[in-house]
Amino acid sequence: MSASWTQKRDRFGGLGVYTVIYLAFIYGPVLVLPVFSFNDSIYVAFPLKGFTLQWYEDMINNPGMLAALMNSLKVGGTVAVLSTILGTLAAKAVTRYRMPGRGPVVGFIMLPLVIPEIIMGIALLVMASTGGIPLSLLTIGVGHMLLCVPFAMVVMISRLEGFDKSLEEAGLDLGENPWWVFWRVTFPLAIPGLIASLMLTFTISFDEFILAFFLAGTDVTLPVFIWSQLRFPQKLPGVLALGATILTVTFIMITFAEWFRQRGDQARKSSSGGM
Amino acid sequence: MVERAEAAPVRLEAPRLGLIDRIRAAAMRHESIRGYALLSPTMVCMLVALAIPLAILVTLSFWTQNYLTYDRTFSFNNYIVYFEKPIYLKLLLKSVRISGAVTLATVLLAYPAAYFIAFKVKKNKLMWLILITVPFWTSYLLRVFAWKVVLGFNGVINSGLITLGVIDAPLEFILYNPTAVVITLAHAWAAFAILPIYVSLEKIDRSLLEAAADLGEGPVMSFLRVTLPLSMPGVIASSLLVFIPTTGDYVTPNLVGGPTGIMIGNIIASLFGKANNWPLGAATAIMSMLFITLVVCAFLWFTKQVRERVA
Amino acid sequence: MSDEHIISIRGVFKEFGGVKAVNDVNLEILRGEFFSLLGPSGCGKTTLLRMLAGFEAPTRGEIFIDEQAMSAIPPHRRPVNMVFQSYAIFPHLDVRGNIAFGMRKSGLPKSEINARVEEMLEMIKLPGYASRGATQLSGGERQRVALARALIKQPKVLLLDEPLGALDKKLREQMQLELRALQKSVGITFVFVTHDQEEALTMSDRVAVMSKGRVLQVEGPMGLYEQPTTRFVADFIGTMNFFDGTVRGGGNGATTIDAGVLGEVRAETKDGAFGAGSEIVVAIRPEKLRLTFEAPGDSVNVVQGRMGPAAYLGDRSHLYVYLTGRDEPVAVAMQNAGRSAVGIDRIDQPVWLSWDEDAIVLLAGE
Repeated sequence: MSASWTQKRDRFGGLGVYTVIYLAFIYGPVLVLPVFSFNDSIYVAFPLKGFTLQWYEDMINNPGMLAALMNSLKVGGTVAVLSTILGTLAAKAVTRYRMPGRGPVVGFIMLPLVIPEIIMGIALLVMASTGGIPLSLLTIGVGHMLLCVPFAMVVMISRLEGFDKSLEEAGLDLGENPWWVFWRVTFPLAIPGLIASLMLTFTISFDEFILAFFLAGTDVTLPVFIWSQLRFPQKLPGVLALGATILTVTFIMITFAEWFRQRGDQARKSSSGGM
Repeated sequence: MVERAEAAPVRLEAPRLGLIDRIRAAAMRHESIRGYALLSPTMVCMLVALAIPLAILVTLSFWTQNYLTYDRTFSFNNYIVYFEKPIYLKLLLKSVRISGAVTLATVLLAYPAAYFIAFKVKKNKLMWLILITVPFWTSYLLRVFAWKVVLGFNGVINSGLITLGVIDAPLEFILYNPTAVVITLAHAWAAFAILPIYVSLEKIDRSLLEAAADLGEGPVMSFLRVTLPLSMPGVIASSLLVFIPTTGDYVTPNLVGGPTGIMIGNIIASLFGKANNWPLGAATAIMSMLFITLVVCAFLWFTKQVRERVA
Repeated sequence: MSDEHIISIRGVFKEFGGVKAVNDVNLEILRGEFFSLLGPSGCGKTTLLRMLAGFEAPTRGEIFIDEQAMSAIPPHRRPVNMVFQSYAIFPHLDVRGNIAFGMRKSGLPKSEINARVEEMLEMIKLPGYASRGATQLSGGERQRVALARALIKQPKVLLLDEPLGALDKKLREQMQLELRALQKSVGITFVFVTHDQEEALTMSDRVAVMSKGRVLQVEGPMGLYEQPTTRFVADFIGTMNFFDGTVRGGGNGATTIDAGVLGEVRAETKDGAFGAGSEIVVAIRPEKLRLTFEAPGDSVNVVQGRMGPAAYLGDRSHLYVYLTGRDEPVAVAMQNAGRSAVGIDRIDQPVWLSWDEDAIVLLAGE
């Protein structure tokens, strides 16, 4: 007996197979890194030659790598916090108040998302050089802020938008001044979004290459360090090990952030309104 | 009309407010003031970090490089060089072509997957979305590097095929050319392009499709006449979000492009690096931005025409 | 109820981008009264309420609460509290956390605050709910918690923004009576916004009817119903039959009107209210019309018509009578005092309508 019309419509079918292949396409090349990072050979080629942890050892013992890692953590952490703060302020302003010219303002803040990074990089480089500012982790941080603030703002806007505005008004009405309302009402409800934003912006900064490349002084971030290693074939497997580690950690972090953000959305949707 | 009660008491007059109170009253009256006050730290930072550098870049493009210093007289020299030396325009056009191909490939590949998740997945949509998009947030550099390793002379594909006995000698055409660039970039953006398309597909009111079926349209026609047009905003957003950054890409052409696969981003980088001609680099960057904007406007105009003709 | 005014609204305007949401409103609200703002959506009642709360500032004009000007006072420092239309219950706090929210600044010890919370829970008839999570409450329960949260602070004025709109009919009627009783026992001034005229009439001491940003009439429920001063109010409250007419003359406490299809009408009026020859609108409530199947003896305040469809509502019937020269039927409401409904099976038969002189409302012709 042939399937009913609705059964046919809902079947996993061809599209499902396609999507699985799509997923395989996305993950495939990336899995090369972890797979070959355990391979006992400096060439990334089949056939596999045997299991080794040598490359991971080399990676851990590489002082340049460790320094770059610390730098990336420093920059990433600072950028995450600052861009989340700025993004949240902007998101609150945009969602809570009627402002003329709001569209262009938001568009301006989102501009870095559509300007090729290389152009932003050189623009900042030029400004640093004409302003006599030496290149350092600070300049990298500024570049990353440019990229991360729009993302933070987007995450927080989508979080605040479904927010019942009268919750904050109720807080005010009951006698708390705006700062206290923020701490007692807005902040607790926004925490899932804030955490998602922090993790997202940290990841973006941690993995970012182009801006770091142009704006780095003597201290480099991890991606720039990796780039410098790419010329040396012997260093190749070490890079694989490093890459595999970074990918795994980032993967876990982002999954967590997304889950957190979505879970926050569910809770918010089920509790707002007086119906 | 006021109620029957007697005359209003005279003792209530408009209050005389001190300065602070007057400011406060004004702030309450104009909520846009409060809004902009809240927005100001972010705006200031963005202005400093974005608007000012771009302005300086524009200024720089009108100066010329004089060995080790800048000749600050205003001149169109750089722009003239840009148009005279064929390499710049050629490279710009090639970059646009490459990123156009990337955009097309990415959007076409992503659409069916987005459709699947939006329409065919009932539970755990979130899981699918996370699975597909998470790779995008991991290091772009590492992903491009992975492709270099996969496509390389002694790389994964070649060594794999040789081991399996499919070929005798390594394939040379898969790396260090524009095709490799397109493949790598399409892969890099595949995880992201799906999002805007998914969002606009998800928003489509399912009862519209039921109405179409009720009025006699089969699934293919329903898709073409209802779903596809309604998902266009997402497709356009996705295209723009892929096309614009890709045109100026540096890493991918550098790692997998070889001599034939370089793009405008590499030229700009070298002008700021080894070739050391910052003003020319600035002019090239600005021209590229203008050109990209032009292409985008043309694209948007074109889609608007199509939409008006069809609707 | 003392005669002091607790709220004075003087010449208040509120404009949003060129549209006057509130247009020159002047109101005095008495201490301890249950005052309603009634009107269709978009009439400005909610905007006016929000200006009392401090969430909107008047474009022009002044608001005084307890003789204190409010223009520079932000919402968190005003002696008023509001029950929001969506209730705005904090989802991340439990019931106790919600009700006690505004007590943080009171300086009272925790034990005292908790005791008060329990009192409030008793008052809103939700004892034992203190630890329940906010997300687990039903609509009616949320509404009561919102009420308790506002009342625990003992504000001078309680503002209510259509708080009963989301409840089903039976619950709503019950809450109307409960709110009214609550207000009387607590003695706080209530300012209540609604679009439901029955609700306003049931609960209020006085009602301000608003339309398009203006206050049309402020009156007690009976005064609004029996003596509306504009056509809008007459039409908005209850059902009303309208007839155009011309004044013939007046004197001795009555005015004679030539009311076209209605014939000659004599209405009880104050002297000199309307001059001879002026255009006028005669308005009569459906329940003030007597319907008979034989002609009554009078020559004035009588008209003959033809029976139209009837609707049986159990306790009363709504009957529709057609008059020659008028398309729209006249609505008549009669109690079904006897066993069978009046006029149900008399369609198309001749009937007579009659009414008393004091049953007529005269409105200026528009």
